Amino acid sequence: MKYGLSIITTIHDWLYSVMPEWLAGLVEMILIALVYLGIFSIAGLFLVLMERRVAAWFQLRVGPNRVGFQGLLQTMADALKLLSKELTGTEKADKFLYNLAPYFVIVTSLMALAVIPFTKEFHAFDINIGILFLIAISSIGVIGILLGGWSSNNKYALIGAMRSGVQTISYELSVGLSLLTMILLTGTLQLSEIIEVQKSGWLIVQGHIPAIIAFMIFMISGTAETNRAPFDMVEAESELGAGFHTEYSGMKFAYFFLAEFINMFIIAAIATTVFFGGWLSPFGITESIPWLGVLWFLIKTLLLVFLMMWFRWTFPRLRVDQLLTLEWKYLLPINLVNIVLMALLVWGNLIIKF
Amino acid sequence: MGPQHPATHGVLRLVLTIDGEIIKKVDPDLGYIHRSIEKMCERDSYQQIVHLTDRMDYLSSNINNEAVCLAVENALQLEVPDRVKVIRTIIGELTRISSHCLWWGVMGMDVGALTTYFYGFRDRELINDIMEETCGARLTMNYNVPGGLMFDIHPNFVSRVKKFVAHFKTKIPEYDRLLTNNVIFQKRTKGVGVLSKEDAISFGASGPVGRASGYSCDVRKYHPYSALDRVTFNEALQTEGDTFARYKVRIQEFWESLSIIEQLIDNIPEGEHRVPTNAVIKLPKGEYYQKVETARGELGVYIISTGTKNPYRLKFRSPGFSNLSLLNHIAVGGKIGDLVATMATLDLVIPDIDR
Amino acid sequence: MTNEALQNNITKWFPDAEAAGLTFSEEESQFLNIDISPNNLIELMSKLKSNEDTSFDYLFCLSGVDWGEELGVVYHLESTLHRHQLVVKVRTPDRENPTLDTVYSIWKTAEFHEREVFDFFGITFTGHPNMKRLFLTDEWQGYPLRKDYEDEINMILK
Repeated sequence: MKYGLSIITTIHDWLYSVMPEWLAGLVEMILIALVYLGIFSIAGLFLVLMERRVAAWFQLRVGPNRVGFQGLLQTMADALKLLSKELTGTEKADKFLYNLAPYFVIVTSLMALAVIPFTKEFHAFDINIGILFLIAISSIGVIGILLGGWSSNNKYALIGAMRSGVQTISYELSVGLSLLTMILLTGTLQLSEIIEVQKSGWLIVQGHIPAIIAFMIFMISGTAETNRAPFDMVEAESELGAGFHTEYSGMKFAYFFLAEFINMFIIAAIATTVFFGGWLSPFGITESIPWLGVLWFLIKTLLLVFLMMWFRWTFPRLRVDQLLTLEWKYLLPINLVNIVLMALLVWGNLIIKF
Repeated sequence: MGPQHPATHGVLRLVLTIDGEIIKKVDPDLGYIHRSIEKMCERDSYQQIVHLTDRMDYLSSNINNEAVCLAVENALQLEVPDRVKVIRTIIGELTRISSHCLWWGVMGMDVGALTTYFYGFRDRELINDIMEETCGARLTMNYNVPGGLMFDIHPNFVSRVKKFVAHFKTKIPEYDRLLTNNVIFQKRTKGVGVLSKEDAISFGASGPVGRASGYSCDVRKYHPYSALDRVTFNEALQTEGDTFARYKVRIQEFWESLSIIEQLIDNIPEGEHRVPTNAVIKLPKGEYYQKVETARGELGVYIISTGTKNPYRLKFRSPGFSNLSLLNHIAVGGKIGDLVATMATLDLVIPDIDR
Repeated sequence: MTNEALQNNITKWFPDAEAAGLTFSEEESQFLNIDISPNNLIELMSKLKSNEDTSFDYLFCLSGVDWGEELGVVYHLESTLHRHQLVVKVRTPDRENPTLDTVYSIWKTAEFHEREVFDFFGITFTGHPNMKRLFLTDEWQGYPLRKDYEDEINMILK
C-alpha cells in the first residue's frame, strides 16, 4: 500500500514549502523523535504487561486482566501511580549525577531503537555502520548504571552497580563477536542491506551450524547484558534489596525499569534482524504488501521476547563468579572458534541459499 | 541480615561479618518470636500443652502433637488402639510431605527460580484440603489428644489420600526436571556448605541435615513409635554433606513417605478412635522422654513430673535449634549467595527455635 | 550395653564414688540416671565420650532445671555406635551465682544450649566461648524459668 509512504512524503513536502529549509529539517526531526518516543512508551507499557501475564501463566495464575480489556491499561495505571509518588532523594547523594543517571539509560535505548528497521520504509536512521552503531550505543548504557549506583551514596547500591557494570562489560564482548559471525555472511554492516541479503533465505538457515551457535550465544549474552534472570544477581530481590536502583523512586525508578524492558526488546529486535530476516515474510508470501512487514517483525520479535521471559521464570540464578566464568572461560572461546568455522563456511561456499 | 528479609524464613536476624563477598562469621540473633512456651507449660494442663506444641514448628504440627501425646500415654502406661496408631502415622507422613513441598518451593525461590514456589504450594494445597476435611484445620491441626484422636477420620479420607498419592507420584519427577537436574542449580549447591559426619554428630544435627552427612539418625528406625514398627522403608542417606546432598535427602524422603502411606492406607484397623482418660491428667512422679522425627529432625519432649496436674518442668528439644548452631561452622569461607542456599537446605522454622 | 553393664563400667572410673558424688538410679525414669558433683563433671563427660565401650558422642538434650533449692542441668546422651542412652544430672546449691563447667569442648552443640540455660536460669558456664543471653535482650533482669521468678506484667497465672 502506498498510503503510508504518501502521507510521509506529503508532510515532508508541505513542511519544506512552508518554512525555510533549516527549520523544516529541524521540525521533521522533532516529529520523528516524538513518534519514536511514542513507540518507546507504548512498547514499554505493553512489554511490562506481557511480562506479568507470561509470568502468571508459568506460575499457574492469571495475572492482571481487570484494568481495561485483558489488562491492557494496567501499566498505564501503574505509570500514573508512579508519577504521583514523592521523589525521595537522599541528602548525601550527588544531586547532578543522581538526576542524570536515568537519562543515560533512556537516551541510549531510544538511540538504539532508531536504527532498527521495522519495515522497508519505516526506518529512521539507516547508516552504513548499523551494527557497529548498535553495539557502541549499548556500551554507553553501562555508564547510566554505574552513575546511578555511585551517586546514590549507598553501599548496597554501589555493590549492585559494580556487579552490573562488570557483567555488562564482559558480555558485550560476546554480543559483538556473535554478531560479527553473521557479518561474515552478509558482508555489510548496514541493517537494511542485511535484510536484503536475507531475501534468499534467513541468515540462520544460510549459515546453519555456526549461525545456530551464534544465535544461542547471542541470546545468552543478550539476556546477561540486560541484567535479566538468570543473570540478575544485580537486582536479586532475595539478597540485596534492589541493587543499584535502591535509592530511586517514582518517575526515575520507572525510567530504569522501562529501559530494562526496552533493552530486552532491542536485543530481540537485533536478533530478529540479523538471524531471522527482520521484516521479511517466510518464503516471501506477502512480498507485495510492504507494510505487513511491521507485523512479521513484531511477531518474530515478540516470540524472542517470550523466550527471554521463559528463561527468567524457569532457571535459578547464577552466582556472580559463575556468571563471569561462563563468559570468559566458555562463551568467548566458543565464539572465537565459531568465527573461524563461519569463515571456513563462507570461503568454501557451503552456505544454503534459496 | 535483619529480621525482615525474604530469605531467612521467619524472624531471624543474622549478624554477618564479611570481607567483600566472603563471610567471616555468622552470629544469629534469636528471640524475636520467643513466647516462653516452656514456662506456659508449667501452668497448663496436659491437654492444653498439646495445643501449644503446634505453634512451635507449624509445618509439622501433627507430629509435634503426637510427641506430647505419646509422652503422656507412655507415662500413664495407656495402650491406644491400633486404629489410632495407624492413623497417626499416616497423618504424620502426610504432614512430612506437606512440609517438604513448602521447603522445595522456598528453596527454588531462594536460589532464584521464582516459579517453584507456586508449584510447591499447589501440591501442599491438596494436603491441606485433606487435613481440613478430617482434622478441621489447615495449619495447626490439633488432631492428636492424649488417649487417641479428637474425632474419627472422615469417610472420604482414604479415597482422597489414595488419589493424592497417585497424583503426587507424577509430580516428583516434574520437581526433578525443574530443579534437581538443572545445571545452574547444581552449580549453586554442589560443594557448598559442607558438613562432615563427625561435625554433624557433635553439633547435634538430626533429620535430613544429619542424614546428608552420612549420619544415620532416623528416629523412625531406631526408636519407632506409633505404627512405624510395622512398615518397611529405607532411610534416605547421602555422604557428601553439602547443600545438594541435603536437597537430595529430602527428595528421597518424599518417596519414602509415599511408600509408608501406601503400606498403611488400605488396612486401617477398625476400632475406637479414642481411649478415655481422666478429665484431669496427672502423670505419676518421674521423668519421661519421647523422641519423634519431624520434618526437620528429632524433636524431643522431656517431662519432669511430681505427680500434680501440671508438669514440673517441660523441655522441648527442637531440631532447628541444633541445626542453626552449625550455620556458623559451615557458612564461613563462602559467599553470601552460598549462605542463602545453605540456609534454605537447613530448613529452619524460627518459631521452632525460639519457642 | 545394658544399664547394668554401663553402671559397672562407669563405677570403675571413679574409685572414690562418695567423694565424686556419683550415684546411679533407675527408678522413675526410662534411662539410667547418673548424679555427679560439679567438680567431676568434665572428667565424667570426657570419659563418657572418649571411652570406646560407652562412646557417647551425641548429646541430644541439655536442659536446665530449678529443683526448688538447687539449680541443675540434665544431659541426655546417646551413642551412635552402640545406640545406648544415658542421663547425667548435676546440681549446684548456689542460687546467687551458680557456675558449672562447659561441655562445649566435648560436644559442640552445647554452645547454644548452654546459652539458653544461662538465659533462663542464670547458670554461668566457665570456659564457654560466648556466654551471653540468647533469646531475651541483653538488658533483661532476672531469670524467667526459675521457680521464684515474678513478673506482674508479663506473667499470667491462673
